Amino acid sequence: MPDETSAEQVPIVGYLQLGDDPHLRANECTACGARYFDRRNACAKCGGTGFSDARVADAAVLKAYSIVHNAAPGIPVPYVSAIVETEDGTSVRSNVVGLDDPMTAELGMRVEFTTYVCGTDDDGTECVAFGYAPA
Amino acid sequence: MSGDSVWVLGANMTRFARYPELDALDLASQACLDAFADGGVGIHDMDILAAGTLFQPNGFGQRLQKQIGQTGIPVYNVTNACATGATAIRVAYLSIKAGEAEMGLAVGVEQMGKMGLLAGKSRSERKVYEASGRYDAVTSIDGILGTETMPGVFAQAGTGYAYENDGVGFEQFAKVAYKNHLHSTLNPLAQYQKEFSLEQIMGSPVQSYPNTTLMCCPTGDGAAAVVLISGERLRSMPEEAQRRAVKISASVLTSDPWVESGQVQPDVNTLTRNAAAQAYETAGVGPEDLDLVELHDCFATAELVHYDNLGLCERGGAGDFIDSGAPFRDGRIPVNVSGGLISKGHPIGATGVANVYEITTHLRGEAGDRQIEGAKVGLAHVIGLGSACGIHILEKAA
Ligand SMILES: [Zn+2]
Repeated sequence: MPDETSAEQVPIVGYLQLGDDPHLRANECTACGARYFDRRNACAKCGGTGFSDARVADAAVLKAYSIVHNAAPGIPVPYVSAIVETEDGTSVRSNVVGLDDPMTAELGMRVEFTTYVCGTDDDGTECVAFGYAPA
Repeated sequence: MSGDSVWVLGANMTRFARYPELDALDLASQACLDAFADGGVGIHDMDILAAGTLFQPNGFGQRLQKQIGQTGIPVYNVTNACATGATAIRVAYLSIKAGEAEMGLAVGVEQMGKMGLLAGKSRSERKVYEASGRYDAVTSIDGILGTETMPGVFAQAGTGYAYENDGVGFEQFAKVAYKNHLHSTLNPLAQYQKEFSLEQIMGSPVQSYPNTTLMCCPTGDGAAAVVLISGERLRSMPEEAQRRAVKISASVLTSDPWVESGQVQPDVNTLTRNAAAQAYETAGVGPEDLDLVELHDCFATAELVHYDNLGLCERGGAGDFIDSGAPFRDGRIPVNVSGGLISKGHPIGATGVANVYEITTHLRGEAGDRQIEGAKVGLAHVIGLGSACGIHILEKAA
């Protein structure tokens, strides 16, 4: 959870909800239940155009990962890129955070949603990102 | 699909390498002129030109025509990620199937130099967070919310397979690269022709675990071209041309259907499975009939999952398949005897045409030291993220 500081904070992406209870939100198709993190025109699964706003579960399982050693300038390496599946069945891409040794990442490991400050802009605004830490 | 049969009459590829002294027009022209010579035809015999490239500016096909012959035929400029070359072939194929063309030229080319495919987009200079795009992102998310790098995305495709199936780990992925580097030593057209030990491959610098440097395709330059001809027109060609012609028994293009995880991780599996099912059905052959396969090993992790997607192994059995030696050139179904993208190279637009060139050359019995003896049926597969999958099944003339 982000520190309670005076700095203004913005989420790194719109589907990250900050505040006292940070979590992810998704656009959920009212016809078929498919979930999306981006702005939608229609549902890629069923073509429906109705969406509701849904909360995504915090607990997840690591389904796929890669330990990235070669990245664009400015990105600290190595980091563990991951595809997790939340306990309500939503796939999310992020990093596994909080591992002392990236090689200890293990397929099937249980992880939990968390947030942290990943940068500050020239106005002093903090950017809050999310990741998944071993549960 | 009804319509006349379609055949490969002429085929050629440049060696994949780095050609700083040439441009993409030089490379494409060379492949086209040599494909004409191989088929015993010329630009005036062509009814259509399909030119595939990912990085050349718009109108490349018309500029190519101005080098090899401006005859006024329809020109299609094709871009479809790493399936660009296969899509160009399919454009010419469809034109012949539709009865509009008797002969067509499909070419794929790329000049990449030493541009890196390894790193994602660098972060912008902007220092004020402002939401933009369809995700309202305030900064580049690459490296923060997972990876956008190609070695990483394909590593995740591999580890995702390892999560679902037993017997797949770092060593199985490394064996894929060992095999393809070994195969490339017999292919004079390959960008690299060097054998590496399993230990060297596993010990080379990690790009995105489990993909090490020697498990990733290089960037490079090159071109490949094929001349396609209708079955009816082929019968009027010299006997030698008919004997060397190779039949396209299936030409398939798919995109990725919706899957739950598709919005966060490109799905390279479902569209390949769908394309393979359609191709086998259309050609009336099964994986057990294949004498060789050229598949899209942009990374070692990718090749392994495609053993399963193409039905070369039992479902879930890709680890056992590589461990058993089946995809080695002396194995049950030789895969990437050219050296594959990992060692032959991957000039993106050229790749899908070069795969068809490779299969064609074996079916003609003209592959020299790397010839798979008695090859009669082969499959060429490419996949581009986004996603697009192209499969061609080729058969030796009866
Ligand atoms: Zn829907």
